[in-house]
Amino acid sequence: MTELAQLLELYEPVIGLEVHVQLATKSKAFSSSATGFGEPPNSLTDPVVLGLPGALPVFNQAVLELALKLGVATGSQIRAKSRFARKHYFYPDQPKNYQITQFDEPLCENGHLDLIVGGTVKRVRLERIHLEEDAGKNTHVGAVSHVDLNRAGVPLCEVVSAPELTSSEEAAEFMRALHRLVRWLEISEGDMEKGHMRCDANVSVRLRGEDRLGTRTELKNINSFRFVQNAIDHEIARQVRLIDGGGRVERETRLWDADLGQSAQMRTKEEANDYRYFPDPDLPMMVVAGPLMGGVLRSLPELPVARFERYQKANKVAADDARTLISERALADYFDAVQKAHPTEESGKTIANWMLTELLGALNAAGKAIADSPMPPETLSDLVVLVENGTISGKIGKEIFAESFKTGEAPAAIVERRGVQQISDEPLLWSIVEKVVAASPKQATDYQGGKDTLFGYFVGQVMKETGGRANPVMTTDLLKKRLGR
Amino acid sequence: MPELPQKEVEEIALLARVHLSAEELADMRSQLGAILEHFGSIAAVDTEGVAPMTHAVPIDLPLREDVPQPSLPPDVALAGTAKRDGDLIVVPAIIPGGE
Amino acid sequence: MTVDPAYWSVADIARRIAAGEVSAVEITEAFLARIGKVDPELGAYLVVDETGARVQAQQVDLMRGANLPLGPLAGVPIALKDMIVTKDVVTTAGSKILEGWVPPYDATVVEKLRAAGAVILGKVNCDEFGMGSSTERSAYKQTKNPWDTTRVPGGSSGGSSAAVAAGLCAASLGTDTGGSIRQPASFCGVVGIKPTYGRVSRYGIVAYASSLDQVGPLAHSVADAALVLQAIAGHDARDSTSLPSAAPDFSAGIAAGVAGLKIGLPKEYFAGEIDADVRTALAAAVAALKDKGAEIVDVSLPHTELALPAYYIVAPAEASSNLARYDGIRYGKRADATDLLSLYSRTRGERFGPEVKRRIMLGTYALRSGYYDAFYKKAQQIRTLIKRDFDEAFEKCDVLLTPTTPTAAYELGAKATPLEMYLGDIFTLACNLAGLPGMSVPCGLTSTGLPVGAQLLGKPLDEATLLRTGAVIEAAVGLGDKRPRGFA
Repeated sequence: MTELAQLLELYEPVIGLEVHVQLATKSKAFSSSATGFGEPPNSLTDPVVLGLPGALPVFNQAVLELALKLGVATGSQIRAKSRFARKHYFYPDQPKNYQITQFDEPLCENGHLDLIVGGTVKRVRLERIHLEEDAGKNTHVGAVSHVDLNRAGVPLCEVVSAPELTSSEEAAEFMRALHRLVRWLEISEGDMEKGHMRCDANVSVRLRGEDRLGTRTELKNINSFRFVQNAIDHEIARQVRLIDGGGRVERETRLWDADLGQSAQMRTKEEANDYRYFPDPDLPMMVVAGPLMGGVLRSLPELPVARFERYQKANKVAADDARTLISERALADYFDAVQKAHPTEESGKTIANWMLTELLGALNAAGKAIADSPMPPETLSDLVVLVENGTISGKIGKEIFAESFKTGEAPAAIVERRGVQQISDEPLLWSIVEKVVAASPKQATDYQGGKDTLFGYFVGQVMKETGGRANPVMTTDLLKKRLGR
Repeated sequence: MPELPQKEVEEIALLARVHLSAEELADMRSQLGAILEHFGSIAAVDTEGVAPMTHAVPIDLPLREDVPQPSLPPDVALAGTAKRDGDLIVVPAIIPGGE
Repeated sequence: MTVDPAYWSVADIARRIAAGEVSAVEITEAFLARIGKVDPELGAYLVVDETGARVQAQQVDLMRGANLPLGPLAGVPIALKDMIVTKDVVTTAGSKILEGWVPPYDATVVEKLRAAGAVILGKVNCDEFGMGSSTERSAYKQTKNPWDTTRVPGGSSGGSSAAVAAGLCAASLGTDTGGSIRQPASFCGVVGIKPTYGRVSRYGIVAYASSLDQVGPLAHSVADAALVLQAIAGHDARDSTSLPSAAPDFSAGIAAGVAGLKIGLPKEYFAGEIDADVRTALAAAVAALKDKGAEIVDVSLPHTELALPAYYIVAPAEASSNLARYDGIRYGKRADATDLLSLYSRTRGERFGPEVKRRIMLGTYALRSGYYDAFYKKAQQIRTLIKRDFDEAFEKCDVLLTPTTPTAAYELGAKATPLEMYLGDIFTLACNLAGLPGMSVPCGLTSTGLPVGAQLLGKPLDEATLLRTGAVIEAAVGLGDKRPRGFA
């Protein structure tokens, strides 16, 4: 075992994440300037965004609605009255030199996020979800910096987990689960590379079995899903090596550098800003009114993990397939629609199979998303029924699928037109089996003598005779009977 | 009349990003000290169970419809900016990673 | 025919222009000429927008000529305190940090005045960022009191009050955070109103202390002040602290008199060191009200002496936050600096005046973690106690009467220390802390000919009672046709 591996046996990591999610509203949180990405610099500003003298914030209702969706979906306690606060620090991307955020009385507390780890669900507590505004962007160019305020004032949800993640894999899974959820709820695009989701990790280690938490460091600038695991692993290794060498972990903030694959100290606790939080006097208390909440509750779809469990339990879908189905809401919605049109509840396994191999394959080849599938869910259900009730074989089914996908013609109609109904008439098949065996006496003798591979030859001959329509299971049975093995 | 300690005044001046000359610092120590001593009387007032007053006539936060309005053209937005590079604002070098 | 409209009322000017007796251009030119003659000595104006004013006046005349409907203040020349943001007209808040700043937008109150047809003559002087009580803290110039030019006009709206008193505008707008409309109104012998918090939009008002600031009118008479207040009041969607309701008709009940009204005299406002002449003038106002059928009631506001410390914690705290944005990066003047920290610190250190720096330091101190509970939070709790005092007093009376200030205008340079200056605000602060409407109305002169103001404080949203009571005081013991010496 390597020295690091030995250390990792002794120590366990404790990880908490703070994730900033950009909410997909049309205008900004406190200004009616449009939100946007990739627009010409400083083209999305107004007096409020610029922090001009005399400008005042006016809160965007959609921000509350989207945040409430997340709050409800995470089972959080929603504050009927919550408050905005000012957080003060001087920085060129922060036009007022304070950020409007929430401090003492955040919108949501004590929710949870369900992660699928292995095949099981792990529930991670969320300490809080609160609202705040984003800062602009600084770009360093030699001895100066360039400031673009387009992003300043865009609404953010900050999601803070409890320190309950026990590995970098779990942390990565947390990010994926949150990403899936925000896209599911249509509150954010959640693209880390575009900055829609940003992650800070609080990492500490302690001896396995120890109750007390170790000193934690804050890791910033993790801006893609791949880096989440790397950066955290690196920090865990740094901490265990430090402790093992007799040092102590300092309470500090470190910046992840993806190019160098390492972190560097940004500031210590002593240098940490005193943000001088106080309630924003320009913004009265935010009240969550009954009708607004009602609208949010009605608009919520069934959530990913609930579907994950339902697909397995009620629809008999395998765990892996269930997980794939919930990776995207449109996919899960499609599955639900097929299942709804379907005569039985428990064909989930078959339906999932058809969706994940044939349908996704065809969509990929055509460059289409599931939401734009030319084959409606009801049609897929019809096709699956034809296979399930033996009208056509699975093999023929795939051909029918391809044609229906391309032309839009109903599967049953194609079957009729092409006359490819499966032959499951036993006496008829028996007569064909006999004919085929009689026509190939040498092969029959060889097979009976032990050449197993010749069985396929006979199956092929039966298929040739029947234009591929012979019921494969019945064919196998009857051939075995006729050939004696 | 108690003066505020030098270090404390320096820390506050840094937090507030206000540069003070040595003379100003000395003045500030005694003036702030006098003011704070005078106003420190409020510490003794019993405010148990009294809610802080945040707005004179209580109103709820008004909500705005999510309809974007035209932004200022960059030339207008940046008209007051002393240093520009095209439509970007220019400031001296920042320590990477700020906030 | 030359007109001398210097002391015409707002109502008069509007009426005569609407009737075609005089043109808006004539009126505006007369005021511009008078400003040219008088203001070099008085120092009320920072910017006179001659071009803009003429265009606005011409516009009014064109509309009148075409028989188009005119707004209620059509052609009335108004001056705006330089804390009010005006599109394309330099706005500085009396500070060097905004030297030469040309705003790209108008404050809501400016939009409303323009919609009412008013002619905006220019921007008048004030203490830097509203922080001061004498206009000695303006970074640009000292405004003098027209009644005695060796004395202060009051502050922070000293330019607003002096301009009205000296006939350099028909009315003006000021801002009031701790008395900055009422006190200068009192020192300069004009009427000044601070409306209920939220009555007038703060959008486009350079923020000093957000939970205390309000815009209000200064004018020659109660009736004029009501007309100007009417034009600027009302809900504004761009100010989240703006009251949802529309403004009532402020002029409606002005002549209602005071018969049957209960006037409360809070004992804490008549104790302590108050000038004998001020006491005399107030007594005359009380007598006049009694004479007209009001009942005088003694009341108490027990937490009054906490108003000063509460104010000088809340206001600087909010100011330290509101003024954080002044760093010269997006607007305003920038210091030469090669690193970011110096850019911030030097710009602000060099361009903020000493009083502003002092309050920023005080405010930053009060908001630090570890100090927040003992200072800012405590002060906010005390505000609740102060408001409760008023609520209880208003169960016994309809309106409160106090002196606006303990003395009349003092000499320039008289207040040696900041603390001394702060102590002069004792009568006006509580009104802002409680969010109530307040008004100062002239009620006499001292033996040396300096104006004295009586302050009226009302229930939230009850400007009407202030106006009708102020009108009685004005009629009985107001200054009438008396004008500042040398400015007749």
